[in-house]
Amino acid sequence: MAAVISAANLARTFQTKAGPVDAVRGVDLTVHEGEILGFLGPNGAGKTTTLRMLTTLLKPTGGSATVAGHDLVTDPAGVRRASGYVAQSGGVDPGISVREELVTQARFYRLSRADAAARAGELARDLDLTGLLDRKTGALSGGQRRRLDIAMALTHRPKVLFLDEPTTGLDPGSRADLWDLVRRLRDEHGTTVFLTTHYLDEADALADRLVIVDGGAVAAEGTPGALKLRYGGSLDATLQDTFLAVTGRAPAPTDDAPVAV
Amino acid sequence: MVLHDTALVYGRYLRQSLRSRFAMLFGALTPLLYLLFFGPLLTGLPLGRTGSSWQILVPGLLLQLGLFGALFAGFTIIMEGAQGVVERMRVTPVSRLALLLGRVLRDATTFVFQAVLLVLAALVMGLRAPLAGILIGFGFVALLTLSLASLSYAMGMKVRTPQEFGPLINAVSMPSMLLSGLMLPMSLAPTWLDVLSHFVPFRYLVDAIRDAYVGHYTSTHMLYGVLVAVGFAAVSVTTGTRVFRTAGA
Repeated sequence: MAAVISAANLARTFQTKAGPVDAVRGVDLTVHEGEILGFLGPNGAGKTTTLRMLTTLLKPTGGSATVAGHDLVTDPAGVRRASGYVAQSGGVDPGISVREELVTQARFYRLSRADAAARAGELARDLDLTGLLDRKTGALSGGQRRRLDIAMALTHRPKVLFLDEPTTGLDPGSRADLWDLVRRLRDEHGTTVFLTTHYLDEADALADRLVIVDGGAVAAEGTPGALKLRYGGSLDATLQDTFLAVTGRAPAPTDDAPVAV
Repeated sequence: MVLHDTALVYGRYLRQSLRSRFAMLFGALTPLLYLLFFGPLLTGLPLGRTGSSWQILVPGLLLQLGLFGALFAGFTIIMEGAQGVVERMRVTPVSRLALLLGRVLRDATTFVFQAVLLVLAALVMGLRAPLAGILIGFGFVALLTLSLASLSYAMGMKVRTPQEFGPLINAVSMPSMLLSGLMLPMSLAPTWLDVLSHFVPFRYLVDAIRDAYVGHYTSTHMLYGVLVAVGFAAVSVTTGTRVFRTAGA
């Protein structure tokens, strides 16, 4: 399979008043076409920083990467055309209607007025937003908002979709719907999906392959099964135990003392 | 492409402004209060310049409108940053210059509209000035708000919290207003204050509009005013666009 994303020693150092902080120390990464990749790691491991570099929001301070054949640094416009991104916070204005956001987004991708309106209708049908087109985005439920965020990112039929903790804050039903949607995108359109998550059941259920980062570098990678076997000791190990073994964090000690309330 | 994108961004934010018409009128309130309750105090005073007191005060109020209004434009980008709207736009191929220009052109439109309301009220109060001079005044308001809003967005992208942003803007706007002689001309000032005020760019703008309001279109004040306004706009828009290009660092 061809590599859609490849990163070599990708790094980002932030200059702060307290001195330089290496948020990402050197990430090597390959994501194949049509793959659903789960990008895991503890808080502060550098997941979002990596994602922000791969989506051209942040310039790397070291290393290099290409997305769909476009170099992050020399061809950011090419990267933008080939990829869609859903940030943790989403990215719609609560005072604007679903239709206006979808149409404006399509126009940002240089579609003509008529094509933009048609594409908005198509996306709304695809993501079950048709009845909500004239509603303000602030009036949507969490699950509807997420579907809109994803619709916005799919406007230009990107080869790669980046999702930053897409199901955080969703109820179980909406989460299951979102998983189905991600699988459908891959199966029907061959979209490569790069997603970060803190929910290990989500990674287990959805991702073909996992990359676990810790301390700004890749600590382990492989299929969920292979990682369980290697780090958890058996195929029956939970991904939770595997994750803790990889990142070297012991499970929270069971304390007999009552928790202060 | 820049034009197409600018028109798109401009349209989006203009529609947003039109949805909150009340806020649009509200922005003109402070200068309007100065006009009503401060303006009449000046009518009998010797102000050291040609023209009626209204021809001296109204140009100052126009710039005050721009100064206090446009400098706060960055608040909206802080809110949009929290909503993720800025990043969502920055991952599309939309031109970075357009992301800024569309916004600041909307601001310029809003403030010129408020300036028109202010001048209409001033005409009722007793302002008499040549039409060309009044139009030149609006031109300066447009350039000034374009510049200040650009800088404000740049600061908003850097600062990121309203708690830091508010005090910062106040620290800039109050001294700028006092030192540029917006309320009373600096011709009344002692030498040291007059000299100091020449380091504040708005000084040149207000002098130029005051000349325009008495029909002096080819004075040195006008020349300096135009040069400073255009130069300031170029520097500000460049700064703002750079921040939109690299923000997130």
